[in-house]
Amino acid sequence: MAATQPATDSIISFRHVNKVYANGTVGLKDINFDIPRGQFLVVVGLSGAGKSTLLRTINRLHEISSGEIQIDNEAISAYKGKALRQLRCHIGMIFQNFNLVKRSSVEKNVLSGLVGYYPTWKCVLGLFSAHDHQRVVQALDRVSLTPKIFARADELSGGQQQRVAIARTLMQDPHIILADEPVASLDPRTSKDVMDTLKRLNREDGITVIVNLHSVAIARQYADRIIGLRAGELVYDEPIANVTEANLDQIYN
Amino acid sequence: MANPEVPHRPWTQRYHVAAIGWSALLIALLVASSIMTGANFSIFLANIDQFFALLGQMSHPTWAYTKIIIQPLYETIQMALLGTTIGAALAVPFSLLAASNLVTNQILRNLIRFFLDLVRTLPDLLMAAIFVAIFGIGSTAGVVTLAIFSFGMVSKLFYEVIETIDMGPLEALKSVGASKVTLIWYAVLPQILNQFVSYFLYTLEINVRASTVLGYLGAGGIGVYLQRSLGEFNYGATAVIILATLVVVLIIDGLSNHLRRVLL
Ligand SMILES: Nc1ncnc2c1ncn2[C@@H]1O[C@H](COP(=O)(O)OP(=O)(O)OP(=O)(O)O)[C@@H](O)[C@H]1O
Ligand SMILES: [Mg+2]
Repeated sequence: MAATQPATDSIISFRHVNKVYANGTVGLKDINFDIPRGQFLVVVGLSGAGKSTLLRTINRLHEISSGEIQIDNEAISAYKGKALRQLRCHIGMIFQNFNLVKRSSVEKNVLSGLVGYYPTWKCVLGLFSAHDHQRVVQALDRVSLTPKIFARADELSGGQQQRVAIARTLMQDPHIILADEPVASLDPRTSKDVMDTLKRLNREDGITVIVNLHSVAIARQYADRIIGLRAGELVYDEPIANVTEANLDQIYN
Repeated sequence: MANPEVPHRPWTQRYHVAAIGWSALLIALLVASSIMTGANFSIFLANIDQFFALLGQMSHPTWAYTKIIIQPLYETIQMALLGTTIGAALAVPFSLLAASNLVTNQILRNLIRFFLDLVRTLPDLLMAAIFVAIFGIGSTAGVVTLAIFSFGMVSKLFYEVIETIDMGPLEALKSVGASKVTLIWYAVLPQILNQFVSYFLYTLEINVRASTVLGYLGAGGIGVYLQRSLGEFNYGATAVIILATLVVVLIIDGLSNHLRRVLL
C-alpha cells in the first residue's frame, strides 16, 4: 500500500524546529527536513547530539520550543488531550531498554499497545474484544514468540523482550515506528533479528521507520537514507546510495 | 614490580572525621535529652526488681482465661483489618498524587504531602479518645482511629515505593496514547503491587498491637480486657492476653512473608 506511493508524499515534516530544555541545553537547532512515506530513515550522531530528542518530538513526548512539525501535512503542536492520544495511537515506539512492564505477562504487554483505541474503563477492566485477542497471537507470531504468550516479561531474554515490544507496537497498527537505539543493549545476532524485523515491517507493511543508531555499520546496512546530528544541528542528510565512509566522518568531527 | 600511584586521601577522609563527628553529636544529643527530660537510668536500675517480680507473676498464665478472650481478640483482628483496609484504600490515590515522578505540579504535590504530614502527627491515643467521645465506647471509635492512623503511615510508605519504580514502561504507555488512569493501571500498579501488599500486612500487624492499647480508652477489642486484668492485678490473665496477641502478630507476619514470596 503506502510503500508504493511516490517519495514526494512526505509523512513527517520538520520546519525550523528548535528545542531548548528548561535548563538551557540546546536539544535541537533549526531542524528542517521531510520524511517520505514508507522510508527507512536512520539517525546517527554522537552521544548527546539530540537523536532521542528528535525522535520524541515526533510523538510529542518532548515539546518543541519553536518551529513546526507536521504529520500527514497537519501541524501537531496544538494537539491536546484526546487528539494527542489519537495521534500517538498510530505512532509506535521502540526503546533501548524495551520498556516492558516486567511483572506483567507477555500477553498483557502486547495488549497494552491497544489502550489508545479503547476507553479507559475498558482498559482497566481488561475488556478487549475477541478479535483483538486474536491479533495478539498474530502479532506474536510475526516476531516468532507465540509460545511465550503467557510467560512473564522478565523471564525473556533481551532480544525476546525487544520483539515483544515490537509486537506491542504492531497492535497499534502504526503508520510510523520510532526506534530509539533498539539494539544498543543486544548482541550482534539478536541485533540482526530485531533490525530484520523492523525492515520487514517497513517493506511489507509500508510503515515509515525512523531508527536512532550508534552503529554506522548497521545504519548503512538497513537505511534508505541516513541523517546525522551534531550538537542539535542537522549536519548530514544523504540517500543510502550517496553514503560513503568519508562523508559520514563529517558527522563525527 | 612498581607500586601503582594511589591518589592521596584528604586527612578528613583518612581519620573518618565526618563519622566520628556525627557519632559524638548523637551521643551528646542523647545525654542532653535524658538530662532535660529527667529520664534517669539509675531509677530504672533501682526498680528493676519490681519488673522481675511482675514478670514472675506473669509466668503463671491463667490458661482458663483463653476462652474468655477469644471473642474480644477476634473483634480486635476485625477492627485492625477494617481500619487498615479503609486507611490503605484511601492512601492509594493520595500516594499517587504525592509521588514526585508522577505529579509534576509541585504545588499540588506539596499540599498533599503537607496534609499527609499533618495526619501523621495526630497521636493515635488522642484520636481514640476523641472518637470514643464522638461515637461512644465500642469498636467504631477504634476502627476510625486505626483507619486514620493507617492512612497517614501507609500513604508515606506507598509514595516512597512509587518514587522508586522504573519509568520506562510509563513512557512506553504514554507513547501508545494511554490516558492517565490507564497509565497508572498498566505501568505503575504492577510494579508496586507486591510492595503495597507487604506494607499493608506490616500495617495490619502494627494495628493489631495498637488496637490492644486503644481498647484501654474504650475503643473496643482485647484492650478492654487488658486494662481490666491489669486493674485487678490479675497478671496471669495479662500474660494470656499478651501471648494471644503475640500469636496473632506471628501469624500475620508468617502470612506476610508467605504472600511476599508468592507475589514476588
Ligand atoms: N530532560 C532533559 N533536560 C535537560 N537536558 C536534556 C534532557 N534530555 C536531554 N538533554 C540534553 O539534550 C542533549 C541531547 O540529548 P539526547 O538525549 O537527545 O541525545 P542523544 O543523541 O540521544 O544521545 P545518546 O546517544 O547518548 O542517547 C544532551 O546534551 C542532553 O544532555
Ligand atoms: Mg538517546
